[in-house]
Amino acid sequence: MSKHGIFISSVAATTISLSALAGDYDSSLRGSIKIDGSSTVYPITEAVAEEFAEVCPRVRVTVGISGTGGGFKRFSVGETDISDASRPIKSKEYDKAVENGVDFIEIPVAYDGLSIVVNKSNHWVDQLTVDDLKKIFLDGSPVKTWKDVRSSWPAVPIAIYSPGTDSGTFDYFKEVVAGKTGSIRSDMSVSEDDNVLVRGVAGDEGGIGFFGCAYYFENKDKLKVVPIVNPELEKAITPTAVTIENGTYAPFSRPLFIYVSKKSAERPEVEAFVRFYFEQGPELAEEVGYVRLPKEIYARALNNFVQGKTGTHYLTEAGEKIHGPLTKVYN
Amino acid sequence: MIEHAALQPKGKVQRVLKNQAFKWFCVCCASASVIVLCVLLGSLIKQGVHHFDLDFFKSPPSRKPVKAGLGPAMWGSVWICAVCALTALPLGVATAIFLEEYKPKNRVVKWLHNLLQLNISNLAGVPSIVYGIIGLTAFVQMFGFIGNLNEPGFSFGTREDWYYFQLPFGRGVFAGGLTLMLVILPIVIVSSQEALRAVPNSLREGALACGATKWQMIWTMTLPAAIPGIMTGSILAISRAIGEAAPILVIAGIVFIRFTPAHLMDEFTAMPLQIYDWAGRPQEEFHRVAATGILVLLAVLLTFNATAVFVRQKFQKPLQ
Repeated sequence: MSKHGIFISSVAATTISLSALAGDYDSSLRGSIKIDGSSTVYPITEAVAEEFAEVCPRVRVTVGISGTGGGFKRFSVGETDISDASRPIKSKEYDKAVENGVDFIEIPVAYDGLSIVVNKSNHWVDQLTVDDLKKIFLDGSPVKTWKDVRSSWPAVPIAIYSPGTDSGTFDYFKEVVAGKTGSIRSDMSVSEDDNVLVRGVAGDEGGIGFFGCAYYFENKDKLKVVPIVNPELEKAITPTAVTIENGTYAPFSRPLFIYVSKKSAERPEVEAFVRFYFEQGPELAEEVGYVRLPKEIYARALNNFVQGKTGTHYLTEAGEKIHGPLTKVYN
Repeated sequence: MIEHAALQPKGKVQRVLKNQAFKWFCVCCASASVIVLCVLLGSLIKQGVHHFDLDFFKSPPSRKPVKAGLGPAMWGSVWICAVCALTALPLGVATAIFLEEYKPKNRVVKWLHNLLQLNISNLAGVPSIVYGIIGLTAFVQMFGFIGNLNEPGFSFGTREDWYYFQLPFGRGVFAGGLTLMLVILPIVIVSSQEALRAVPNSLREGALACGATKWQMIWTMTLPAAIPGIMTGSILAISRAIGEAAPILVIAGIVFIRFTPAHLMDEFTAMPLQIYDWAGRPQEEFHRVAATGILVLLAVLLTFNATAVFVRQKFQKPLQ
């Protein structure tokens, strides 16, 4: 059981194909759309907003970057129309939205592979397991140099570069590495600006960092990406478009979402924007360095949007988190 | 020979050397800052010049560096600086007149007067981010007393109208401009005070002796004589306001905006924020766009400073 609203529409649940939507946007549409949230999703939404301006030039779209948590703070009091999120909504945020009467539709827009990177001159690390990462990143871990991780590696001190704690990227990494109860060590360099992380790791022989794969793809020449051992396949997998989409790059590939306020979606300009997001989003997501979702997921999401199916797929009635791959959880 | 040596002051060579050394030390210090500026400008021009064309001023930001422009950010800066200037000048000059021309005689009032003076001098040294936070609570949200950002307590017109107005102000041009006003107000007050103080007392006394009231004296004698000084200080203060990023960042945040503000409550972005955004992007190409943006910002600042110098040269008449 997941926390779903009631089916508003009386129309039988028919799957609508994406191509049926194409075209016909009313270029005389006016109004404004406020979007805020994750810096990871920002490049996609920015691209969609830019292209949308060509179709509906009078609609004023603003896209902010406050981090997933910061975005939900504004979204759940009704300050924004759409919230970018690099993780599903949390139960606290959900409750706050309900409290303020903000109903929303959850729409996955792309996959992101969280890439773990080291310095170019780091020749010893050829792959890492989640357990290795635990040794490096967990709070209270005695590991100080690479030698402490594996005795065959040199005694170069480890320097960690991490996204800020308000980012969905950090939340996601923490959940995979530290689980529900653990915590990530605090003696690391933290920045909300992924570019600072790139520079940090690139300039530090013992550096290690993590961020969305788009930033790695942009900076391939400066960084070395570490293949991560898939716990089920027991094989080290490098993040690429293929491995992220087919799910073998686990456990560090994750879906990205936009949350659309139901009330806002009733406004024609917001409705048109979201429709446009469905139509152009997959292509633009690829253009800015992410991986498109399977067609079937887009179809399900579109169905949810058209029928006004509100709520999240990631929380049970009791507010417990639901885990699992997007294809299983999202319907 | 012995006599001649006695005439020579003790350790002459050493003294002359010291004199020369100090001179060259000063020259080095002075040129160091100029060299740093030249290197900075040189690298900026090298990086940024090939984006520099008319389209850069007109077009909105874009995810493609080639198409990215400074249009909305420039207009945003113009709007907030207009609001800032139109509010800071009257407030600042009036405060300066009060502080300089209406000096109290009563001991208690005098103490309050001095306290006010001390406060204003202190405010000039407060970091601008602090004003940003004040602006966020006082102007954007109005302490939550009058409605919230979704349901303003008072509104006039609709968001489509150019005269749209609401309370609280929200994250719009007006709140941004007022916040900048807070930042530069102490500077405007202090520099206006200096200008008023430089007006010789004989002018005031002459006016009063002719039977002018205090208002007539200020309006016809003191203020006109002080205008060049006030203008210089104010122009420099406003050029600081244009370059301020921190307080505006708190008010507006980093936002992707493709339109210019249409009314005082409209959302905006400003040049320093747009540059900050570009500089933080992963693509090298965007860093070059940021360099072009900095060139534009520097050009605007230099124009303002040049105007300030010009105003001072042109209008400062000898008073004696």
